[in-house]
Amino acid sequence: MEGLQTVGSALLTLGLVAVAVALSLYERLDLEKDIGVAVVRSFVQLAAIGYVIDFIFGLDNLGLVALLLAGMVLFAAWTSARRAERVPRAFLMAAVAVGVAAVATMGVLLTLRIVPPTARYLIPLGGMVIGNSMNAASLTMTRLRDDVAEQRPKVEAALALGATSRQAVAPILRTALQSALIPLIDATKTTGIIFLPGAMVGMIIAGADPLEAVRLQIVVLYMLLGSVSIAAIMVGTLSYRSLFTPRHQLRTAPPER
Amino acid sequence: MGRPKLEVRGLRYVAGGTEILTGVDALVPDGEVTAVVGPSGAGKSTLLRAINRLIEPTSGEVYLDGQPTRSLDPLELRRRVGMVFQIPALFGGSVEEAVLYGACLSGKDADLGRLLEMVELDVSLAGRDPQALSVGQQQRVSIARTLALEPEALLLDEPTSALDEAARRRIEELVRDLNTRLGLTMVFVSHDLAQVERVADRVVVLAEGRSKGTWDREDFFSNAGERARRFIAGRL
Repeated sequence: MEGLQTVGSALLTLGLVAVAVALSLYERLDLEKDIGVAVVRSFVQLAAIGYVIDFIFGLDNLGLVALLLAGMVLFAAWTSARRAERVPRAFLMAAVAVGVAAVATMGVLLTLRIVPPTARYLIPLGGMVIGNSMNAASLTMTRLRDDVAEQRPKVEAALALGATSRQAVAPILRTALQSALIPLIDATKTTGIIFLPGAMVGMIIAGADPLEAVRLQIVVLYMLLGSVSIAAIMVGTLSYRSLFTPRHQLRTAPPER
Repeated sequence: MGRPKLEVRGLRYVAGGTEILTGVDALVPDGEVTAVVGPSGAGKSTLLRAINRLIEPTSGEVYLDGQPTRSLDPLELRRRVGMVFQIPALFGGSVEEAVLYGACLSGKDADLGRLLEMVELDVSLAGRDPQALSVGQQQRVSIARTLALEPEALLLDEPTSALDEAARRRIEELVRDLNTRLGLTMVFVSHDLAQVERVADRVVVLAEGRSKGTWDREDFFSNAGERARRFIAGRL
């Protein structure tokens, strides 16, 4: 394979980032600091995980793989909970949802022998499941929190008509889940026509047989669709409860007296 | 005065460290319209929400027919003591769905035609999008959907504050009419003394989260109630 092998060429792509920073400064978008943080963090984090994965590949110990994935779940839950501030117990709910999604999908992949039980498969696939589930959990919780606050009169009116909190929140929960899942569903629908997924592009660039790349990509897509749906629905079902008391009352105080 | 339908005793409500209700005592006689008046911020809306337990009182009791509401299932309590809000907040794509929402949830048979007739809305509106109605009509739909549950008492939280004068008068007449026809007990929150004189049988004054006394309408609007009226008017 030619090209793309040195750290130098990776650094050259920073030129593009410099253009983005220049544009941000020129247009006063106030994004240059965020872009800078993103560049540094992604470099440090990817380099670190590269060494960690390299180390774990060397040991080929499934216990360590599980430990690493568990660490990823906790970090994902922490990130998600920070997004969903003012949602009671957000960390716990995100950890449960992302954890269950990861265990369920990795469990299916392993028991049906769709992928071999090696670190080389489990870590990248697990990372994708956890990352995508995290995004879905954050979106579901923030949307649910904001819409319940905004549509408070409707929620209260439903409760006053004898609706349970579940019944009162049902339309809002539906919208929150749709907003969390539709981007992935649409991306899955249009795969291959509008965009080529990153993993597949990576494999093809690395010299793999395109059909082999497609086979893996299909596994990845179905795995993501399943795990993200599980995570969003679980976090939705858990978090709407945290916005109500067991007596079907909204937890936040009404706006007027 | 008849026997109390609702009785509030020593009711307190604290939220986020703020004491919103500091001690409310009130009697709501069966089959009468009781107005709750007071300056804004007095805790009127909070009191209504504490009565049907949309919020949980910190201490004190509310009795429905002599039974403490704490011992009732909150959902059953809310069906027995209906509530109409300042903003109609209707659900569903049609007036029919909006009116039958609560009745459908509890599996109750409700007569749409009769309900619309009770709130003086034409049956031909049944298929219309509720958002396309005037706010006054929407408020009558919201009263109809509460009546669909055949409540024993109705709490009305400034139901005319979003309406123009004509629509406001129609709601006031409707309240009197429902009280006469159905003998429905009502608690009517208002900060408008002229409205209270038109609608209420009895008046409970609330200020700074505390009840300041109860009057018959005649007393409240005669010399005896002058101080209380001045007190409220001075704070409006």
